[in-house]
Amino acid sequence: MIEIQNLKKTFRTADGEFDALNGVSISVADGEIYGIIGMSGAGKSTLVRCINMLERPTAGTVCVDGVDLGKLKSKELRAERRKISMIFQNFNLLMQRNCLDNVCFPLKLAGVKKKEAKVRAQALLETVGLADKAYAYPAQLSGGQKQRVAIARALASDPKVLLCDEATSALDPKTTQSILELIRDINRRLGITVIVITHQMNVIEEICDRVAVIDGGRIVEEGAVADVFSAPKSEAARRIVFPEDELAALPYAEERIVRLVFNGSEAAATPLIAGLAVDEGISANILYASTRNIGGKVYGKMLVGLPGDDDAVKRAIDYLNGDGVSAGELVREDSESTKGEEE
Amino acid sequence: MFENIFTQEAWIEAWEIARTEIPLALWETVYVTVLSMVFAIIIGLPLGVLLVVGEKDGIMPLPKWLMATLGFIINLLRSIPFIILIVIVIPLTRAIVGTSVGTVASIVPLVIASFPFIARLVETSLREVDRNVIEAAQSMGASPMRIITCVLIPESVPSLLSNLTIAITTVIGFTAMSGVLGGGGLGKIAIHYGYNRYKYLVMIFATAILVILVQIVQSVGRWLAQKADRRLKK
Repeated sequence: MIEIQNLKKTFRTADGEFDALNGVSISVADGEIYGIIGMSGAGKSTLVRCINMLERPTAGTVCVDGVDLGKLKSKELRAERRKISMIFQNFNLLMQRNCLDNVCFPLKLAGVKKKEAKVRAQALLETVGLADKAYAYPAQLSGGQKQRVAIARALASDPKVLLCDEATSALDPKTTQSILELIRDINRRLGITVIVITHQMNVIEEICDRVAVIDGGRIVEEGAVADVFSAPKSEAARRIVFPEDELAALPYAEERIVRLVFNGSEAAATPLIAGLAVDEGISANILYASTRNIGGKVYGKMLVGLPGDDDAVKRAIDYLNGDGVSAGELVREDSESTKGEEE
Repeated sequence: MFENIFTQEAWIEAWEIARTEIPLALWETVYVTVLSMVFAIIIGLPLGVLLVVGEKDGIMPLPKWLMATLGFIINLLRSIPFIILIVIVIPLTRAIVGTSVGTVASIVPLVIASFPFIARLVETSLREVDRNVIEAAQSMGASPMRIITCVLIPESVPSLLSNLTIAITTVIGFTAMSGVLGGGGLGKIAIHYGYNRYKYLVMIFATAILVILVQIVQSVGRWLAQKADRRLKK
């Protein structure tokens, strides 16, 4: 559905040229939910804005549904953009229009008759669960409701692609969850290809099939979400999966630390840490844990502190390594300390 | 010079003049203001829009020389004192109205003086529209013209109303000034009786009515702007 080839974007700033994108190539399949994750400044916003040519790339091509967008004249591009909807971090609704008129706006642009547009807009508001807010103004809505209106608006033009630019970054976790569910639901029911741009790992975990990690204007890692997040290979992916402050927060300086990565294991069912104490006589201190259950399998990570002798650490690592779990010691002084040994 | 202002005869005389002349003068002030505003908006609104959309990173970038010329002309007209502008545009006024004196003739300099002001006010209002909302419209495939008519202007209506209120009150002030050079209205009454014929009470009456007029316009304008703003309705 979306083919991006060797995309480059250079901005001219007061202090010279800045390469926001440095040869990005990705390919997104029809009906897929594709995540692009990166820290701020990594180039993800530029990338998503190049997909609908809000930002003209310096070099490279963007093909959506077989159409090379870079080759279109502005009028043709505007027609093509109606197939590529976008939702934003700050919703970007028309503040002086009510919800119904906001949803009608893309229909108006497409030349749909007013009466017909209103009927369709009302149906879309129903789809996003806001049928009763048709005549409310955006200022009267909560953040989650505003994003729902924005989603209804995005769907109005019957798009093939939905671009989500940090669409949940301004929302609280619970609202984020419900918006993500709505996006997944839309993806499944309407078969719309979705591209999710975010800096939040959980957003990707929640709904994406595949993920690309962007850093310094390049895709540094790409693959199935479970693979990338359980065993990140690039420095950038590691920084996302294991934020640095996590280590800084560790209290017990004298302990040895072992990092466990749960890679879709059934380990939740096995009391792993308790087993370590019983079977090996090593009591581990859980310093940090962030695991989640996806489809009955455990993904995530855990940091445990162990008493400081080499033999015990080695035995513990051997014990913990197993089906879907990889364990490795962290060397803490090193700036590369978050690198665990992969299984 | 002031000792005879408040004598009973002065009051009676002033009241007589006010009663007979002020209603017409008020009407003249109002219609000159309204007509001037209408023409000034017709010219100033599109110019203000151009100032915003024609920028280098605007939605419809225009050639740099054009934008620079536009900006220069607006600044030039804005910097000429109104009283001098009236004199400068006399040939133009003659060409359009046929005469350079009188109430109708005063509309020409008023429009010339206020359209650049309105263009700047419109520019300020339109710049308040969230850049991201414009981008959202672009992402939906809206043409520059659609963005102007469906996003830029409707989204800035409250601000446009407040700014137009400022423009109206300024124009009311200008109409009074045009009284010096033959324009009609309350300004003419004030100058004619007060300055030329030492009937200060009449001058005070006329001025008081101008003040009240400005107050009313300001209040109504603010009320309308607030009523129009859908961001405030909770």
